[in-house]
Amino acid sequence: MATTTLPSTEQVWTWLADVPDPEIPVISVTDLGIVRDVRIEDETVIVAVTPTYSGCPATSIIELDIETALARQGVEKVRIERRLSPSWTTDWIGDEAREKLRQYGIAPPDRAGASSAGTLRASRLGGGELTVACPRCGSTETEKVSQFGSTPCKAAYRCKSCLEPFDYFKCI
Amino acid sequence: MPSLPDMNATDVVDMARRAAEHQAPRDHHIHNEDLKPALFEWLCRMGDSSLILGHRVSEWCGHSPVLEEDIALANIALDLIGHTQMWLGLAGEVEGKGRDADALAYRRDAADFRNFLLVEKQNGDIGSTLMRQFLFDAWHIERLRGLKGSSSERVAEIATKAFKEVSYHVDRSADLVIRLGDGTDESHRRMQKALDSHWTYANEMFTDDGLDEAVAEAGIAMRPSGLKPAWDALVDEVLAEATLTRPQNDFARRGGKTGERHTEHLGHILAEMQFLQRAYPDASW
Repeated sequence: MATTTLPSTEQVWTWLADVPDPEIPVISVTDLGIVRDVRIEDETVIVAVTPTYSGCPATSIIELDIETALARQGVEKVRIERRLSPSWTTDWIGDEAREKLRQYGIAPPDRAGASSAGTLRASRLGGGELTVACPRCGSTETEKVSQFGSTPCKAAYRCKSCLEPFDYFKCI
Repeated sequence: MPSLPDMNATDVVDMARRAAEHQAPRDHHIHNEDLKPALFEWLCRMGDSSLILGHRVSEWCGHSPVLEEDIALANIALDLIGHTQMWLGLAGEVEGKGRDADALAYRRDAADFRNFLLVEKQNGDIGSTLMRQFLFDAWHIERLRGLKGSSSERVAEIATKAFKEVSYHVDRSADLVIRLGDGTDESHRRMQKALDSHWTYANEMFTDDGLDEAVAEAGIAMRPSGLKPAWDALVDEVLAEATLTRPQNDFARRGGKTGERHTEHLGHILAEMQFLQRAYPDASW
């Protein structure tokens, strides 16, 4: 169904807020902070998206989901732009989204962690290992099983109190 | 571009400014005809080492000694392939002959590849794979750290993105080299053997040539030899903790990054990796 009037960019942002991340459906692509810009040029809605991890296979699915969602709202011409800089950081995940992640069973990223990238080993040797709270029972008695988890953006942890394994959304 | 009626809008200047801001960073190096051949080849060096190592590491998928390692190796392979897409994508743009990252990855022959010899070596056991990874990661992190300040904005933005991911790679491979080096007699023996075997290959990463010189003079990337002190510091620290002995051999096996003399292993990798696109060009599913 064709629309003769173009939506406002604000309207597009609202629609995008309903597009779930394909891997973590409780948060949207806007919650994740990967939609960097929406603009309209020559009747084309342009959505700038930045990848989380550079090899993340979800990137192309996300782009397809955005195109589909906007098409469903009657937007005929959509263009997705991939933008690399400024590069995505877990700091762009909002507080509300962090709470949604926790309720879903994924420990949200530590805000202090992003700045330590590149000095991870050094900080750990200095006793600065990150404390990650269990998303189920809240205990901080947890241990890292592996820095690499079920998707590129997650690490595998285990709770020593409730004994449940869980994912931690690692900082970049 | 604003359409004609928009030209009457009062905010036309603002629109033009916004439109300009939203383009990929303008980068005068990309369109510099004199620099083009060197820059194209240098970008292939970056992309090809990531591609071939990514492909090698992915061979472990489903075969690793423990599940966590299997997942970690697959994740790292994925990151490296992601970097490949960015480097070879930019290489294709610089070349300007309509080749994209896929065309460069799947339609070039072994002699056209510019990866280090180290990354085409066969995996061997998990110790050998991890030692190769550590020696590469220690180079990679220093390479990317320098490129974040490249005079080419396009190069800098790729490096900034990749640096964050490679921080996790080097963190992990250093840990495992220490754990296996300072592990059992058997794991120690294997790690020392792997180190001795990879050493002269690793030395290629610090060889300079005329192409490196051209790219360095343009302020795009530091000369490879300039990366050596930081690499030495990290490698020495980790090897000491791993109770492993650094080989005293500065000889560098050459021929990978120049494409002059690859090992026989590269052709086998390409045969497997390129088969589908060679047999069914542009196949998609």
